Amino acid sequence: MKKSTFGPWLAVVLGAAYFLIPLIATVEFSMRMKRGEYSFEAYRVVLGDPRFQASFSYSVALALATIVIGVLLVVPTAYWVQLRLPKLRPVVEFITLLPLVIPAIVIVFGYLRIYNSESWLPLTDSARGTDLLLAFGYVTLALPYMYRSVDTGLRAIDVRTLTEAAESLGAGWATILFKVIFPNIRSAILSGSFLTFAIVIGEFTFAALLDRPAFGPYLQLVGANRAYEPAALAIIAFVVTWACMGLIQVFGAARGTAQK
Amino acid sequence: MTFIDIRGLKKSFGPTTVVHDFDLSVERGEFISFLGPSGCGKTTILRMIAGFESATAGSIAIAGKEVAHLPPAKRDVGMVFQSYALFPNMTVADNIAFGLRVAKRSADEIRTRVRQMLDLIKLPHLGERYPYQLSGGQQQRVALARAIAVKPQVLLLDEPLSALDAKIRVSLREEIRALQKELGITTIFVTHDQEEALSMSDRIVVLSEGRAEQIGTPFEVYNYPRTRFVASFVGTLNLLAAEVVEPAAGRLALDGRTVSTASSLAVRGTGETVTVAMRPEALSLGAAAGDRNAIPGTVEDVAFLGAVVRIRVRLDAQTVSLDAFNQPSVSLPKKGDAVTLTFTREDLLVLEEDR
Amino acid sequence: MSEPTTARLHPAGPTGLPWAWIGVAPFFLFALLFLILPTAFLVVGAFQTADGAFTLQNLRDLGHPSIVAAYWISIQISAASALGGAVIGAFLAYAAVGGGLPAWIRPTLMTFSGVASNFAGVPLAFAFLATLGRTGLVTWALATWFGFNLYSTGFNLLSFLGLTLTYLYFQIPLMVLILTPALDGLKKEWREAASILGASTFQYWRRIGLPVLWPSLMGSTLLLFANSFGAVATAYALTGSSLNIVTILLYAQIRGDVLHNQNLGYALALGMILITGVSNIAYIWLRGRAERWSR
Repeated sequence: MKKSTFGPWLAVVLGAAYFLIPLIATVEFSMRMKRGEYSFEAYRVVLGDPRFQASFSYSVALALATIVIGVLLVVPTAYWVQLRLPKLRPVVEFITLLPLVIPAIVIVFGYLRIYNSESWLPLTDSARGTDLLLAFGYVTLALPYMYRSVDTGLRAIDVRTLTEAAESLGAGWATILFKVIFPNIRSAILSGSFLTFAIVIGEFTFAALLDRPAFGPYLQLVGANRAYEPAALAIIAFVVTWACMGLIQVFGAARGTAQK
Repeated sequence: MTFIDIRGLKKSFGPTTVVHDFDLSVERGEFISFLGPSGCGKTTILRMIAGFESATAGSIAIAGKEVAHLPPAKRDVGMVFQSYALFPNMTVADNIAFGLRVAKRSADEIRTRVRQMLDLIKLPHLGERYPYQLSGGQQQRVALARAIAVKPQVLLLDEPLSALDAKIRVSLREEIRALQKELGITTIFVTHDQEEALSMSDRIVVLSEGRAEQIGTPFEVYNYPRTRFVASFVGTLNLLAAEVVEPAAGRLALDGRTVSTASSLAVRGTGETVTVAMRPEALSLGAAAGDRNAIPGTVEDVAFLGAVVRIRVRLDAQTVSLDAFNQPSVSLPKKGDAVTLTFTREDLLVLEEDR
Repeated sequence: MSEPTTARLHPAGPTGLPWAWIGVAPFFLFALLFLILPTAFLVVGAFQTADGAFTLQNLRDLGHPSIVAAYWISIQISAASALGGAVIGAFLAYAAVGGGLPAWIRPTLMTFSGVASNFAGVPLAFAFLATLGRTGLVTWALATWFGFNLYSTGFNLLSFLGLTLTYLYFQIPLMVLILTPALDGLKKEWREAASILGASTFQYWRRIGLPVLWPSLMGSTLLLFANSFGAVATAYALTGSSLNIVTILLYAQIRGDVLHNQNLGYALALGMILITGVSNIAYIWLRGRAERWSR
């Protein structure tokens, strides 16, 4: 009953080619900046560009803010739903899936209309206010991934027993949440966080339409005006994405072995 | 007449061999159980008979026809899986009809046969249900019906009862056995449950680490286990060390006391240490009578198990357990009492050394 | 023992209910402010004139040929990249799950898919420009080694085909990620049971494998469709505003009111929500059906 593995191998090889060829091409292209030789000139130019440094650090800071807000919003909610309001689960799940249904460009369009200078909450009036709105927007974008990750983590531990054990030892709700629940779903939170980071770091639509100096709009700007630097930037962005996914794997695997 | 003939069957995965030179002859209409712990190779042998695994060496013949190189469908066998494996997208009736449809039987024939099968498994009204609407026991009966609807020559059952509740397990095993007798279909049943094997089978193959340790009727396997493994796997058993005193007369020294056995000591030398086995229910307390073996000891523990009382008695260096029926009218010994343990020559089994 | 302490976090009686709700209040407030109200504003605005009076004129104006064309191209590109991604992704996932390949293939494919499905947006556009652009590596290789001039065939990366090929880069791995659990749900025993009952591989797939997978396949395809329908960054970075797809039209409208009617912009957004909404509702419904069997 030996099955031929020719077909599966062919599929995997073609898939790998589709995945790798654009990367190879991008690497090759990014090194063509100096005529007649391969060099890392494009990377040197990009990394030395103060606007790169500024926009990249801006996006990193924004990603971190998004993660903090997202975790503080999602973990207590998911915990509470699991513990006390299981009937609410379908509603909460539906809401967390909405950002997959409503295109990002539509959401940000709405922001611009209801948080503009004439509105009751003129967030877009100041740079700080817009930053905050952008972070909230990213929390919304990352909601499906963050919620699913945390919810899966909570399902894997016995929330009720842990809570009751902590209560019987005299712990208050803050202690339970931060000292008992958070540490037990740390890897789930980290997975959700890295995924959030990967989504936020190069995000374009929100940042461009809210007119903030993030990495995504910077990429677009460079792409419109330069030849070789965009390729170098694409490789940098790819490495960041790869690092985030790699870290998710690492923490996921650490959890898997800890459970055995 | 031998119906299934398995010779020198062997299965290796790379350097590890999971089935070693397995031989078995099955008569037509026989019910054979493969009994052993998980990983003993029983399922692998079954899957080689079904054709899902290819044998590394050896032959499998069904009704005189070599099948080892045929695909599963050409072997004329039916199979029931532990996880039921009903097709979830089809109704019960469609599941049962599947093999017949594939074989392009006429619609009339299929309808009649499905009806017949549903009656046979006593679920005549559930034909239009989907598998997920049935209980585990019902699903497994449908799986059985699906396997026998095409009238295979051999029925293979791979731990079909393991996923079910204890009560359903007992009633379904009786049903399966009754059905098998009614249809007279040659059946191989894989299980790790000795009670299932003992209660259902014509013969049992006890397997350990890819080898047949013993093949025999339930009576033989239970009362005359050949090896230490069989003895310990089937039922509870006292295993003790004894020294050969007089091989020809079957005399042994058990904790310094001379006892006799009906087992052959022909190949053993004087002074050799052997393993002997005694069933707890074969031992009794009381004065020595006739030619029964008698050994003095001290009661160490008395455990009440319901219908049976298990008494642990220390001999000199070793302890044995014996079972006495719980009869309220008879008073039980207490811890520390001096007692005499008696048993017949036949009850003292000398085991073969483990391979 | 635990009764007195439980009472603190589990207040009994009718007065207890609001307390439990306070735990989820921040979440609902957040969702209201940053998800539901902004969307609702646009939906309501789609039915209003500039002065706030009720009208269906905005929806009627969606029928303008240039807007219809934008929707139509968006739908075509999304459908093509969803179908292509679904078919190729399904084969790839099946190869890794049930193809009898070495064990390391599967985790590797999953990791690569996780990366590639998130490698979208502007950088992806750059990567494809470097690959299939006029000076891209593949374009160059085809011309140099095979004497095949890709662009002489009418191919253009900044076109329907080019954008679809680019979208496939994240659509295929997304399909692999979504479909793999469903493929794992296909029990090996079903195949064995079918084969021992005499069914061929083809008969197994036609009567069991595909019917069981069907809701997952359809549902995943719809999710892929919605995924590419809402995408902006890749298309914008690749084509600027030269390709008339609905997200780019909306982007331009937000930037500079190119439609000269704010409320028509809202209607444009409403149309997008309806299209992605319908395909997602269908996805959820189909997923429910798929899960029913696996219970």
